[in-house]
Amino acid sequence: MDILLLKFLLLFSLALFFVGKKHQHALAFGIQIVLIALTSYWAVNTWLSDTSEQTFSFLSIYGHPVNLRIDYLASFFILIVNFTMLTGMLYAKGYLKAYRERKNQVEFGLHYFSFLWLHISMILVCSIHDGYGFLMTWELMSLASFFLVIFESENKETIKAGINYLIQMHVGFAFLLVAFLYASASSNTGLGFDGLAAYFSNHAPFPLFLLFFIGFGIKAGFIPLHTWLPHAHPAAPSHVSGVMSGVMIKIGIYGILRVLTYIHTDLLPIGVFILFISLSSGILGVTIAIAQHDIKRLLAYHSIENIGIIGIGIGIGTIGLALHIPVLAVFGFAGGLLHILNHSLFKSLLFYAAGNVYQQTHTRNIEELGGLIKKMPKTAILFLLGSLAISGLPPFNGFISEFLIYFGMFKGLLLGDLQADILILAGFLSLVLIGGLAVFCFTKVFSIIFLGTPRSEKAKHAEEVSNSMLFPKLFIALLIVAIGFVPTLFIQPLNEVVKLFTGDLAIPISINPLFNKIAVVYILFVGLIIGLWLLRKWQQNKNNIQTGPTWGCAYEGADPAITQYTASSYADNLKEFSNLAMNIHAHKVEFEEAEIFPSEKEFASHSSDVFEDNLIKTPTNKLLVYLEKAAIFQTGKLQHYLLYALLFIFLIFLLTVFNVI
Amino acid sequence: MMTVIGIILTLILSVLFPGIIAITKAKVSGRKPPFILQPLFDILRLFRKTTIYSTTTSFIFQLAPLVYFASVVIALLFIPFFGDTGVFSFEGDFVFFAYLLAFGKFFMIIGAMDTGSSFEGMGANREAFYSLLVEPAYFLLMGSLALLSNYISFAGLFSALHFNTDLAYLVIPVSVYVFLFITMIENSRMPVDDPKTHLELTMVHEVMVLDNSAFDLALIHIAGWLKFVIYGTLIANFLINGQESTLIKSLEFVGINILFAVLIGVVESFRARNKLAKNPQWIIMLSALAIIVFITTLIITSKLILN
Repeated sequence: MDILLLKFLLLFSLALFFVGKKHQHALAFGIQIVLIALTSYWAVNTWLSDTSEQTFSFLSIYGHPVNLRIDYLASFFILIVNFTMLTGMLYAKGYLKAYRERKNQVEFGLHYFSFLWLHISMILVCSIHDGYGFLMTWELMSLASFFLVIFESENKETIKAGINYLIQMHVGFAFLLVAFLYASASSNTGLGFDGLAAYFSNHAPFPLFLLFFIGFGIKAGFIPLHTWLPHAHPAAPSHVSGVMSGVMIKIGIYGILRVLTYIHTDLLPIGVFILFISLSSGILGVTIAIAQHDIKRLLAYHSIENIGIIGIGIGIGTIGLALHIPVLAVFGFAGGLLHILNHSLFKSLLFYAAGNVYQQTHTRNIEELGGLIKKMPKTAILFLLGSLAISGLPPFNGFISEFLIYFGMFKGLLLGDLQADILILAGFLSLVLIGGLAVFCFTKVFSIIFLGTPRSEKAKHAEEVSNSMLFPKLFIALLIVAIGFVPTLFIQPLNEVVKLFTGDLAIPISINPLFNKIAVVYILFVGLIIGLWLLRKWQQNKNNIQTGPTWGCAYEGADPAITQYTASSYADNLKEFSNLAMNIHAHKVEFEEAEIFPSEKEFASHSSDVFEDNLIKTPTNKLLVYLEKAAIFQTGKLQHYLLYALLFIFLIFLLTVFNVI
Repeated sequence: MMTVIGIILTLILSVLFPGIIAITKAKVSGRKPPFILQPLFDILRLFRKTTIYSTTTSFIFQLAPLVYFASVVIALLFIPFFGDTGVFSFEGDFVFFAYLLAFGKFFMIIGAMDTGSSFEGMGANREAFYSLLVEPAYFLLMGSLALLSNYISFAGLFSALHFNTDLAYLVIPVSVYVFLFITMIENSRMPVDDPKTHLELTMVHEVMVLDNSAFDLALIHIAGWLKFVIYGTLIANFLINGQESTLIKSLEFVGINILFAVLIGVVESFRARNKLAKNPQWIIMLSALAIIVFITTLIITSKLILN
């Protein structure tokens, strides 16, 4: 019955192409609501019922059954996907209004259709264990998101970013295909996750894990597999960037986690590998982010950073399993898993808020913004909330997941031997650095966009967006605060997922008093701030308030928009230190010696991704040199092509005569 | 018991702290010292003044000093007092402590940026940069202490420090040294920042609060004093043995904090400020020292065996 409904929904989504522009959103939303209700029911049921896994027979391809299997891991991801896709759809309604004139009914239809199918395919990816079914839905997910990215296809850059994304996804797909095929061939089992158990039980796990890691890691965006992210996210419309960054890249993490559940031997090298690739993703991701001026590109790099934090949790957890330090394993996995949820919340919030700013100012360059807090106060507060949460600061949700990882690491530090301690040292030092850099970056972004004086005409004429674009964010904000204040509500259900990795071990109930104490501290903190506010109000009533210009060292002739600190100047301090990663180039014209009356000079600086330059662009350009030489054969004349055909036949003939083939 | 006495003493000391520094500096340079409570009188005067807000600023600017002050006050409640726990104590509280202070700092930074002044931008940027560089040293020290004491809460770290093993005394001097300079950086004092400098371009903390006035400025100053004593108390925790009687501990505590204030006065009288561009390297040096502490701890706990 349930499955029939699901199949009907899949088919019914085609109707999107046949309704008018006005009703498309309503229809898509309707279909999505039913989908969410159905799958959330399945997911929640996993927790409520005694069985740890529910199975539904979904399809049968040439007699080969493809089942939906909803276990704790799948339902965890399904719930996250459902929530973020719901807010994405709600936000899309307001965001897409601006495109109503420019886009026709079919284009809108394709967009909603792809959005819906991205949602469906993510749910299917999480619940199908069979290899064919998994790869098919995986491909479906890539295609759907590709169509979403190229929504503004009249823009050449967008198409380029889309193609780049599509190609990289297929490189990832190839790795996954090889990995599945190899596992199935060498252990004589069917294609799919179930075969992995047999493979890993009698083979060294690391090589195959590496193949899976690359395949899934391209989706997740671990450095150096991340190069599609900073192009695709700015190119896509904001609600799409929000859901892609919020949940789609997490499906890559899902894949890695799923594979990990089958590995029980030789976990140490795997854990160390995950830890080190994650901590370099985390640190490099946030460092490169600081150099960015494009708000959405910057947020894309922060996704890489947060994938790094998730990976640090998972890596630490795996190391804990390998070295038999239970507390490290439990808290590592719990922190990593909770951060998946947390990141999906604050990152979608930040992308949607960035979407508001883009819609109002038509620029993504933060150097052209400023002072928006006066024009768009609600957006500003939501963005601030997201910034605080993503920087891992209390009392919001980002802190809780990082705290769990810290807690596990410091506990593990006491129990571990030298090897464990050195690994943990690397883990917590990088987490500290990432935290500090994130604060550095988000104080910059928030200040440059929302504070100070507008830096251009574009920023001067912004207005607050409609409520339909604000209220989806309110949902997210509520959850962010809820997880921050009462984390125990979320940690206990999470335990079931953690147990998939750690066996019977889970976060003990005895952690609850700790979080209760933290909650008391928060209440005290907020109370103190309110008290101080009232006290100041009373003081100011007695002594008045005056206003005046900002203190300018006694010089008030300068244009305040120009003399402000800019994003580049803010990042400059760090640049001296880590230009290797930030890769900022400055272009300037120097004064000549004999130049008495100086002409107009220019200065520009931009940052390019080191990994993209060296891993993608340079090899491609070198290859192009050779390929261009081969292009002399392409003359465009029919006679030449006939000659080639003749020569080819002649060659085959010769080879046959001499028995070569 | 000690916690209550400790907090009361902390509050009293925080009022005296800037006065003692000022007196030391005056004595050393041969000037007539001010009255010890002069800084307090200055603050009381601020409370009676009219607030001036820049027209560029938003509510962030008004919220920032409150959040900053509240974060410091709450952080004070986490400080252990020589064998006794702080008001709040749980495993991993030193992580929370650092993140709570970071929360306050986040608001101070955006508050400064809210004025749209390039001076304050400069200060905010430096504050963000320096505190990001100093965090690793703090966490390394805490990690080492955790290893040494087998506890991961503030109270546990320090209580077990003194009687677990005598070898702990190998680590204490370096730890105190590192902590001393973490304090100086967190409070924007010499050698990273000179609060008495008169050039905005080379200030850190002072330039961030150029536009704050009256009530707000008073809160920021008091928060600065509290921060001094918070770190002073943490340093005192390294040195005071928790087994002694409350009276002796209280006396030691007051003594160490006064000594600490005098030391700051002396350091600031004789030492020139670092070149601004050299500050980052200098701060990272502290993390390097902290790594040495960590490795030494690994040897002491015989996890790292040299032969």
